[in-house]
Amino acid sequence: MVEPDIEPILARHPGAGRETLIPILQEIQTAHGYLSKDVIMRVGKHLNLPTSKIYGVATFYNQFRFTRPGKYHVQVCRGTACHVKGSLSVLEAVVKELKISPGQTTRDGLFSLEVVACMGACGLSPVVNINGEFYAKVTPRKCTRILQDCRHQEHANAGC
Amino acid sequence: MTTFLADGREIAAKPGETILLALRREGIHVPTLCHMDGLAPSGACRLCVVEVEGTGNLVTACSCPVSEGLKIRTRTPRVLEARRTIVELLLSNHPDDCLYCPRGGKCELQHLAMDLGVRQRLYRGAKSKRELDVSSPSILRDPSKCILCGRCVRMCEEYQTVSAVDFIARGSRAFVGTAFNAGLNLSSCINCGQCILVCPTGALSERSSLDAVVAALADPTKLVIAQHAPAVSVSLAEEVGLKPGTDVDGKMVAALRRVGFDRVFDTSFAADLTIMEEASELVHRVTTGGVLPMMTSCSPGWIKFVEQFYPEFIPNLSTCKSPQQMMGAIIKSFFAQRENIEPGNIVSVSIMPCTAKKFECARPEMQPNHVPDVDYVLTTRELGQLLRMFGVNLAALEAEAADTPFGERTTAGKIFGASGGVMEAAVRTAYYLITGQEMGDLKIQPLRGMKGIKELRTTIGTLDVGAAVASGLGNARQLLDQLRAGRKDLQFIEIMTCPGGCINGGGQPIGADLESVRARMQALYKIDRDEPRRVSHANPWITRLYDEFLGKPLGEKSHHLLHTHYHKREVPL
Repeated sequence: MVEPDIEPILARHPGAGRETLIPILQEIQTAHGYLSKDVIMRVGKHLNLPTSKIYGVATFYNQFRFTRPGKYHVQVCRGTACHVKGSLSVLEAVVKELKISPGQTTRDGLFSLEVVACMGACGLSPVVNINGEFYAKVTPRKCTRILQDCRHQEHANAGC
Repeated sequence: MTTFLADGREIAAKPGETILLALRREGIHVPTLCHMDGLAPSGACRLCVVEVEGTGNLVTACSCPVSEGLKIRTRTPRVLEARRTIVELLLSNHPDDCLYCPRGGKCELQHLAMDLGVRQRLYRGAKSKRELDVSSPSILRDPSKCILCGRCVRMCEEYQTVSAVDFIARGSRAFVGTAFNAGLNLSSCINCGQCILVCPTGALSERSSLDAVVAALADPTKLVIAQHAPAVSVSLAEEVGLKPGTDVDGKMVAALRRVGFDRVFDTSFAADLTIMEEASELVHRVTTGGVLPMMTSCSPGWIKFVEQFYPEFIPNLSTCKSPQQMMGAIIKSFFAQRENIEPGNIVSVSIMPCTAKKFECARPEMQPNHVPDVDYVLTTRELGQLLRMFGVNLAALEAEAADTPFGERTTAGKIFGASGGVMEAAVRTAYYLITGQEMGDLKIQPLRGMKGIKELRTTIGTLDVGAAVASGLGNARQLLDQLRAGRKDLQFIEIMTCPGGCINGGGQPIGADLESVRARMQALYKIDRDEPRRVSHANPWITRLYDEFLGKPLGEKSHHLLHTHYHKREVPL
């Protein structure tokens, strides 16, 4: 797979120090969806910081991902309101359907799963967000069907 | 001077000094887990809390400076309760397997629990389970025993500037690990083992080769040979409860024979051999316009450091193998021939103050034709355990001399164990090689002592020599950065990975303070002061080795057996 080109992002931060680490990581993740090993090492070289330190900082925050996101990026909310409304069983259903753990991407590259704390849509809880689209008041069954629809859609596209 | 009151007693402190340091000087012990002498306080473990009159909260003594008229109390029920609770909480997420732990009996957490009177488990709950990292040939990591004090992280980052490990993730999921949570063998770890020395628990220990050595000792078809490094005889005493700085050289030789080693050789002999090769190499480089400054190559942690961080300086590294590897090479060539033994039937074991030596002997460069020069490395700590396991009482033994032909050494080879020692020994012999005469005073004071960087300017014959010595890789990095920036006045640089040199190596006894390390260093220099033969080129067995086998320094045989080359290494830095 081709490594994301982050040189343009680094070029926007010439002579940057360690205080710029998080903004740089955020820009990279926004542009490329995740932080690869090579990218982390390259950022380390740019900022003159050890790789272990950058990895430590990046794993401190939930927002950073280390695997390439799938074509469908599934975010399951585990905030308080969603929890009360049963988001744990929704998450379990997603894990069972996709056969991956949070933070992982399916082998075919179609789905990735992320657990988030709160998306600010508590009125719609429990809520699942796929590629920016909100699915409100989901149940395990409903959620499984949404994922299956995505997969069928893909197969149909591949077929024609 | 600032004065303050501790438990009603008036105490004088230097201005700006922390409460902790002032109290310790007065003999008041305040427990700590995260504190490291010489580094800025981190205030993370909070074990050192004391009560300060006029403030509501308990204050960490390690990070709070003394001020005039301060009134503190160090042993109120509130203070003791807070400290005990911290230990109880740490224990609630710690395996209960002290009986099986490599650090058992020397564990700071265990001592704290005993000292503070923790007698029952107050907090129960799920414990974080993490897998053992057995990937490194030198260091074993057991993250489930880690209490996140951060001392290894700081040692690696602030003293050694390697940063192989750091805190990963957050909160209850946090742990100490490498970049991308890979095995230590894939990281930038240079195997120095300083992290083991500072670890308060059994989370870090050496990869033990004891089982393999015990098996070899029991195998009648093998000739098992031991070599012991210069720094081991002055530190092994502490493993068996003797005073730091006691030299047990002869007793150790006797003990190694009792344990069952067929021959006992002295790595200091190979250090003399290293000096012959290295001083010749230096003279050769200086006279033929070779790459300068030449840098020593005895310390395997330093070698890996250069390969990773400063590959442009690889041509500066002396091509000499380290004394351990030289000894291994001549045991399996010259000695094997002389005794008419198949090299494959020799098991070569070296006793080292070092964990990186385990990595070094496994390097492909060190196994010509797939026969390793050295088969197993035991640290000073492992030797201590071997003696206890076999019931050998070191203190009760009569001293014995090491075996011929590699048992005789000069004191120049012995001082290899201290930072500056290699340089001092090399200068003595280089002086002789260049001028044909011995130096008037063999003691070179500027190269001695615990300072991180030491420099020497001297004239040998008509040659102006600039030499620098650094121990601890943070100091080495400073020197290398000066060279990068264009510094040109140095011809020879000695680097040792561990602060103070091998006497403070990662394989040395646990729990040594700076005073013990100083005592070890003084023991080496006392040997140098008291013994008559103080220059490597005066070692009669070295002369014989060259006459009978090697030919001459830098000759063809030496080239094959005693020299090697290093290569750039790609790891996440």
